[in-house]
Amino acid sequence: MSNAGKTTTSRPGLSEQSTRQIELIERRLFLQRGLSLGALSLLSGCAITEQDSVQRILDNMSYWNDRAQAAIFDPRRLAREYTESAIVDPFPFNAYYSEDEVRVVDEKSYKLELSGLITSRKPWSVAELHALPQFTQVTNHICVEGWSAIGKWGGVRFSEFLARVGADTTAKYVGFKCADDYYTSIDMATALHPQTQMTLTFRDQLLPPKYGYPMKLRMPTKLGYKNPKHIVAMFVTNTNPGGYWEDQGYNWFGGS
Amino acid sequence: MATLNASAGVDWIRIHPLVVRVTHWVNALAVLIMVTSGWRIYNASPIPIFGTWRFPNEITLGGWLGGALQWHFAAMWLFAINGLVYLVYGIVSGHFRRKMLPIRPVEVLHDVQEALRGRLAHDDLSVYNAAQRAAYVTLIIVLVVLVASGLAIWKPVQFQPLADLMGGFQGARIVHFVAMATMVAIVIVHIAMVAMVPRTFPTMFTGRARRIVAGRTT
Ligand code: HEM
Repeated sequence: MSNAGKTTTSRPGLSEQSTRQIELIERRLFLQRGLSLGALSLLSGCAITEQDSVQRILDNMSYWNDRAQAAIFDPRRLAREYTESAIVDPFPFNAYYSEDEVRVVDEKSYKLELSGLITSRKPWSVAELHALPQFTQVTNHICVEGWSAIGKWGGVRFSEFLARVGADTTAKYVGFKCADDYYTSIDMATALHPQTQMTLTFRDQLLPPKYGYPMKLRMPTKLGYKNPKHIVAMFVTNTNPGGYWEDQGYNWFGGS
Repeated sequence: MATLNASAGVDWIRIHPLVVRVTHWVNALAVLIMVTSGWRIYNASPIPIFGTWRFPNEITLGGWLGGALQWHFAAMWLFAINGLVYLVYGIVSGHFRRKMLPIRPVEVLHDVQEALRGRLAHDDLSVYNAAQRAAYVTLIIVLVVLVASGLAIWKPVQFQPLADLMGGFQGARIVHFVAMATMVAIVIVHIAMVAMVPRTFPTMFTGRARRIVAGRTT
């Protein structure tokens, strides 16, 4: 699940698709009207420039919250692992599109591209990823919307993969590009966390398309929208690459 | 409660210290932002045991989930730091001991009954009646619970022991929601009481009230 956590508010009686469209329309209206919605009517009559300066304050507070969360993040603290009986079935699907639009990646044409501050940039096939040492985790996936679901994921420890490809782990960020045009990025401390996983299986089965085939990044220390699915490229960098939802206002660090 | 001015035949007494006045109004603004943005965040995924009911979007702040989160996570610093200043001041200066204690259930019951009959016992503005004392202390405790459950929701992994106290992430959401609802209910009563005794309103700005002598205002 992933790219998860972030989508739209589900509305009873509406398909995911129309829910999403309503959310997009609402968002556009919201942007047009600035911050005039809501109970803070004192802000509603403000000029455009004042709305911009309010937005600037909110953005700056969000950067501040990135730093606060980086300071709170304990690289040795593990998210709780549950017994398999706690796994939620069916595990929720979530993305910025509806379930019938899930991208189906073809194994034969797939390769994982590496770039940036990485020494061995040869692309990886699905089979090569599956041939690496694997581990599993039964952890809680927490969505920014407020729901959570326990699942079981298996795959490659990301810190081991980064070491194997000679990534510069003193760099600040790892960025991800996905087959569904989603993109996001994470801090290096979280990339090196022992539970951060290049996920290849869900409940001991090959990762299904709706959960991110052929490979997603699973981090029980971050909210769902930080966990990209269908990853086709990753790069190590010192410039913050942002993210699909982050660039629209979700907090970049998104830690839990 | 020193006498400030006895010259013009009017005795002014200081009833609200400056720190209390400033933190009170900063808190009122922070709470307004926290509550209205919190409602929008809630709407993104209502707590299942409460059904699918949502807050009307018109009375929420932020415009969409991401905007509401920005307001919530910005105002939380104002709310928490301001609250900490008020708490530390209240404890260290003896303000809480002087004005909030003692709380005797019999007195609280009596004053609540009087208030319901429209006879709020609040002649001497320098003293909170028992109903006020109980309401303020409950409110302060509820605000502490709001911060604690908020931290548990924000960082259920990093602050896992705190989240565990509330039954984990979903439990902390319920605690946070119930604390919010309790706070809103008390604040509504609080504002209604101020409307019933409007003389108290300016005192929260100026800090001063006329001294009562032998049951009448001089
Ligand atoms: C527009 C909204 C509000 C108004 C008009 C208002 C008004 C007042 C007034 C006039 C007093 C002094 C009462 C007296 O002297 O008898 C007071 C005290 C108090 N109010 Fe409010 N208030 C508002 C909102 C809030 C909110 C949102 C909270 C907390 C969530 C709050 C918490 C308190 C507390 C704890 C005290 C006692 C302060 C102390 O002495 O330490 N008020 N308020």
